[in-house]
Amino acid sequence: MLKINNVVKTYDNIRALDDVSFSVEKGELFGLIGPDGAGKTSLFRIIATLLLADSGSVAFDGRDVVKDYRYVRQHVGYMPGRFSLYQDLSVRENLEFFATIFNTTFNENKHLIQDIFKQLEPFQNRKAGDLSGGMKQKLALSCALIHKPTVLLLDEPTTGVDAVSRKEFWQMLKNLKEEGISILVSTPYMDESTLCDRVALIQKGKVLQVDTPPAIAASFDRVVYQVKGHDLYGLLEEIRLLDGVHKAYPFGDSLHVYGPANLPLKEMILKRRPVTELEVEVIPANIEDSFMNLMVKEDG
Amino acid sequence: MDKAITAFELTKKFGDFTATDGITFDVDQGEVFGFLGANGAGKTTAMKMLIGLSRPTSGMATVAGFDVYKESEKIKKTIGYMSQRFSLYEDMTVIENMDFYGGIYGMDRKLRLERSNRAIVDLGMTSFKNQRVGSLPLGWKQKLAFTVATLHKPAIVFLDEPTGGVDPIARRQFWEMIYKAAGGGMTVFVTTHYMDEAEYCNRISIMVDGKMIACDKPEILKKDYQVTSIEEVFLKIARA
Repeated sequence: MLKINNVVKTYDNIRALDDVSFSVEKGELFGLIGPDGAGKTSLFRIIATLLLADSGSVAFDGRDVVKDYRYVRQHVGYMPGRFSLYQDLSVRENLEFFATIFNTTFNENKHLIQDIFKQLEPFQNRKAGDLSGGMKQKLALSCALIHKPTVLLLDEPTTGVDAVSRKEFWQMLKNLKEEGISILVSTPYMDESTLCDRVALIQKGKVLQVDTPPAIAASFDRVVYQVKGHDLYGLLEEIRLLDGVHKAYPFGDSLHVYGPANLPLKEMILKRRPVTELEVEVIPANIEDSFMNLMVKEDG
Repeated sequence: MDKAITAFELTKKFGDFTATDGITFDVDQGEVFGFLGANGAGKTTAMKMLIGLSRPTSGMATVAGFDVYKESEKIKKTIGYMSQRFSLYEDMTVIENMDFYGGIYGMDRKLRLERSNRAIVDLGMTSFKNQRVGSLPLGWKQKLAFTVATLHKPAIVFLDEPTGGVDPIARRQFWEMIYKAAGGGMTVFVTTHYMDEAEYCNRISIMVDGKMIACDKPEILKKDYQVTSIEEVFLKIARA
């Protein structure tokens, strides 16, 4: 469906994309996971025919995105990271406008966005600029869908969006996928990556790994010890000094400590810090553990 | 011990719309207080009233002992504030930004250079000292912005979504800076959409439609709502 081959993009002396290759299959929900500045937006703009790569190529439906840019634009729905709808137009006017520039009408394709539009309908005469964050995002998705694209490019649709709206948004993506639309979506939230069929982990323009979320989590090459107790920050500083501990990070209400198998971590902690309540348990690595591990490796 | 922040029935109306609807809570000195809520729940409005940028419609509040109605200028001098989006000058170097903001907060040149230089060493940013801020990775920028917001050693620092879009390692390093500041007695008032970060707070509050629905320690909220994570607490409250 979408084939990205050895794409390189530099700005002055910054390598924004460094030999990026992966492909998105038809009907796949594919996640591009990485922090700000990883190169995600540059890649989206290249696929969406808005930016030229220095070298490498992108093929959509077997057609080159540079040569066949008209075809690509007709079939791709792109939701940029920044809210880029017309703030002074109403919800309805924005939808009409985007439908018109793709030679269709809102009424003709209304069924495509039915579920999402239901939630927007009460506000359809409100100016886009006056919508709440969650509603703006729903409108932007609707505008990206109104010309019936076969692939959706969503650049950080959930950044700055609260946990409830994020959940709802991902449910919408799942529904769209079931209707056969392929989706490439980027996010800095690691927990969202588990909702994708496959993900590419990207950092500083380089793809670190491409696989299914369970496979990425399973590729973690150390043991994760989950530590729970009082004064986690104090514990963290203590644990980092212990022999055999590779890295230790806070993880919500616990700490994750990376080290070799069979590390007697509990005894080691208790020797230095006799605390009453301390739980140490070996747990499977999650995707965030894997990503942090890969990031550290990449940095040397 | 005097409270760092007190709010009683604090309310802000814009015409017919009540953005913040009678919220009552307080924050202890040295506490890390998480201020959560859905988009549009009224967090930013409430925060603006606390930092002296917006006058409440009714209710009472004090910050560092100062009244938000009568002593907003004193509040501004006593607090640090770091906004959602990066707020340093991209065209100025690391040290120039520190010097500039230190000056705005009324620190004399000797003191601000002394503290800036020490902070740069503590951050491990010595090699970036004379680099333009615009060229730094986001994680570094946010750590720098926090340092700048606390250079004048405020009693309370307000952080508005400080870690949005930051990579997972830098995000954790940022929270370690928060802990260190709180350990030194600074009160931290922070908003975030990362629910794992909510677990790092001493106490959190959750706002829905302008009202504060919950305010307690994370472990107590989880027990009260019979769930295992703050994310589930949040979903239960915000969807109700």
